[in-house]
Amino acid sequence: MIDFSADHFSLLNLPRRYRIDTAQLDREYRALQGTIHPDRHAGAGDAGRRLALQASARVNEAYATLRDPAARGEYLLGLHGVVSLADTDTAMPLDFLTAQMERREAIGEARDSGDRPALENALAGIATERAALEAELAEAIDGQGELEAARVAVRKLRFLDRVKHEIDDALTETEA
Amino acid sequence: MALLQISEPGESPAPHQRRVAIGIDLGTTNSLVAVVRNGSAEVLRDEAGRTLLPSVVRYEENGRVTAGAEAQRHLARDPRNTIASVKRFMGRGVADVPNIENAPYDFVDAPGMLRLRTVAGPKSPVEVSAEILKALRARAEARVLEGTSAELAGAVVTVPAYFDDAQRQATKDAAKLAGLNVLRLLNEPTAAAVAYGLDNAAEGIYAIYDLGGGTFDISILRLTRGVFEVLSTGGDSALGGDDFDHRLYCWVLDEARLTQLPPEDTRLLLIKCREAKEALTLHGVARINAELSDGRKVNLTPSQAKFFELTQHLVQKTIGPVKRALRDAGLAPADVQGVVMVGGATRMPHVQRAVAEAFGKPPLNNLDPDQVVALGAAMQADQLAGNRAGNGDWLLLDVIPLSLGLETMGGLVEKIIPRNSTIPIARGQEFTTFKDGQTAMAIHVLQGERERVSDCRSLARFELRGIPAMVAGAARIMVTFQVDADGLLSVTAREQSTGIESAIVVKPSYGLSDAEIARMLQESFQHADDDMEARALAEIRVEGEQLLAATGAALAQDADLLDESERAAIDAAAAALAALLSQGDRRQIKRAFDALGAATGGFAARRMDRGVQSALTGHHISELA
Repeated sequence: MIDFSADHFSLLNLPRRYRIDTAQLDREYRALQGTIHPDRHAGAGDAGRRLALQASARVNEAYATLRDPAARGEYLLGLHGVVSLADTDTAMPLDFLTAQMERREAIGEARDSGDRPALENALAGIATERAALEAELAEAIDGQGELEAARVAVRKLRFLDRVKHEIDDALTETEA
Repeated sequence: MALLQISEPGESPAPHQRRVAIGIDLGTTNSLVAVVRNGSAEVLRDEAGRTLLPSVVRYEENGRVTAGAEAQRHLARDPRNTIASVKRFMGRGVADVPNIENAPYDFVDAPGMLRLRTVAGPKSPVEVSAEILKALRARAEARVLEGTSAELAGAVVTVPAYFDDAQRQATKDAAKLAGLNVLRLLNEPTAAAVAYGLDNAAEGIYAIYDLGGGTFDISILRLTRGVFEVLSTGGDSALGGDDFDHRLYCWVLDEARLTQLPPEDTRLLLIKCREAKEALTLHGVARINAELSDGRKVNLTPSQAKFFELTQHLVQKTIGPVKRALRDAGLAPADVQGVVMVGGATRMPHVQRAVAEAFGKPPLNNLDPDQVVALGAAMQADQLAGNRAGNGDWLLLDVIPLSLGLETMGGLVEKIIPRNSTIPIARGQEFTTFKDGQTAMAIHVLQGERERVSDCRSLARFELRGIPAMVAGAARIMVTFQVDADGLLSVTAREQSTGIESAIVVKPSYGLSDAEIARMLQESFQHADDDMEARALAEIRVEGEQLLAATGAALAQDADLLDESERAAIDAAAAALAALLSQGDRRQIKRAFDALGAATGGFAARRMDRGVQSALTGHHISELA
């Protein structure tokens, strides 16, 4: 049986670091699902099928967390004992917040006027900013162990994820 | 019972006991059944050589029920009792179905799911679908099993990827009602990807564009050495070829200045419009000739250009979901290696053009768009039944199409599992009480992408009671969502701060209670002159044989994991089950079946452990090379 108490990294056979080899992650994930997925245990009875269902769900959860840059950062900080997203904790650098408010205003305008190129531009801008944050995060966690800086970077990533969702929804609206 | 079949690629656990399992494409317009024989999948034909079974069911006053071509002949003559396109009503209330006023039926709105009033009484869409499934089951039994002693091991039934939980549950209920052992509900585009991918040894990113009679799906998949991984899916579960017929029908009403038609005429004109649509697709020209019940004649020739103009907005409605699915997968159109076209409606030239434009490449049409879903389902059924020989080793990783969440304060939805999450999946979230001494909590489960409860589909409501009285905010209630490999949801809620746990599991069931299903089963067996007990006995025998075969295969492979006493216990339980199988006592067989399951429980876990170890080690060796 898979070890349900193992952390996501050891479950997927990866070193516990922010910077990961995503190709290796994909391979490990597929190899694991290849043995534990419920389809592999269709001939088993209730207990065996339940076990396969739980194991497969556990591995899917681990994979989804590690595959997502913000979720991976948050999870890794959690392993270091840092809670990154407590509801009570709202402190964010002012310049970041100001920049995002302006960005959201621009997104709102582009959505209302159906300006798809502007929305796609905003999406590209976010992708660039996310890549920079991910590099920052890797440096902070894997390098100097600056967990407070890493925590702020994770929160910024989460924030950008929400803005990205807004753009996605706006694009969907303009396609309807 | 708990035995895990971990067999090597290309190895069947018990080669002498091939188990017959079928794949069913339960379509809006037509349905098909396919099976794997001699290593390749084929669609089964009826006595007249036809592969497509029209998804039409007719109820007669004398209690007779017919499905397929025979029922279809009465569509225009007996429209109220001859039900077509029932898939549109699965898991739906009257208010949920677009253009329902044009359907020539007598609807009864019922909580959860509507009913159709017929001469044989009100019928649920589940019952109607079950009649189609029974006809397919009978075809499979006649074509594949006749003359052998084999029993049908089960079926994989396909559903549109964009079907929500209510529609999936309704489909599964229908299959059960038809006496089928449902091995898996499989998403239609995923089934098509399997058939296409295995046939063409495809690798890379593929899109499946599936426009059927009543539903539209788009799925983006990554194919990597036998793993079919769905990256995202989107669609519209109320958009299909029927809507194109309907547009043409509205044009006919306009052109011929017709109003207030009786159901017979509505049905007649809809049939003529479908024929015209098909003629326009095949030949570019069509003629609509019909004589109405009052003697008036309709004589029209819609041009292809007119038809495109009338329906272009329907085609365009499919492109939005295509773009969103690509975005959800984090891909651009150029990343897609091929677009596989599925569903009869994709034959229409303007659909082909729109898809080519959206992806920047001509779509792939080298598979029969009517058959590919059933073929893929048959391949999956064959694999799930344990007949892996010759099919190689492949795996499907599918996703849920719509987000699942809970109602929170202010009528908002808190998402627990986002759309496009790979299944199976389990995810929990903690909630607390907001009043001092609160001992119960209402839980409202929703599905959809919107923020407000009123814009999402309500799946279930239940109450968690017996929470110990505490100050507000002290209770910790963990609500866990679990979605299984069929895409079906169950919800558990548990108060965990005090160690006194109260839990409830909800299987949303949409207007069909367990008691109702039991009654329908009873009735259907009475009508079919069947015997419920005999069927139950046959089922437990099939399961028993399956378990014995799996046990034998597991022992052959991994007996070294057991000590002597464990081995002896398994052998004894297996022998007891084998001895009882040929006898007629269902309850005794069930007890022996459960006993063998219990005896193999620990063995299963150890075998899975070994499988995982070898997957990881095997992998590292190849990586070093």
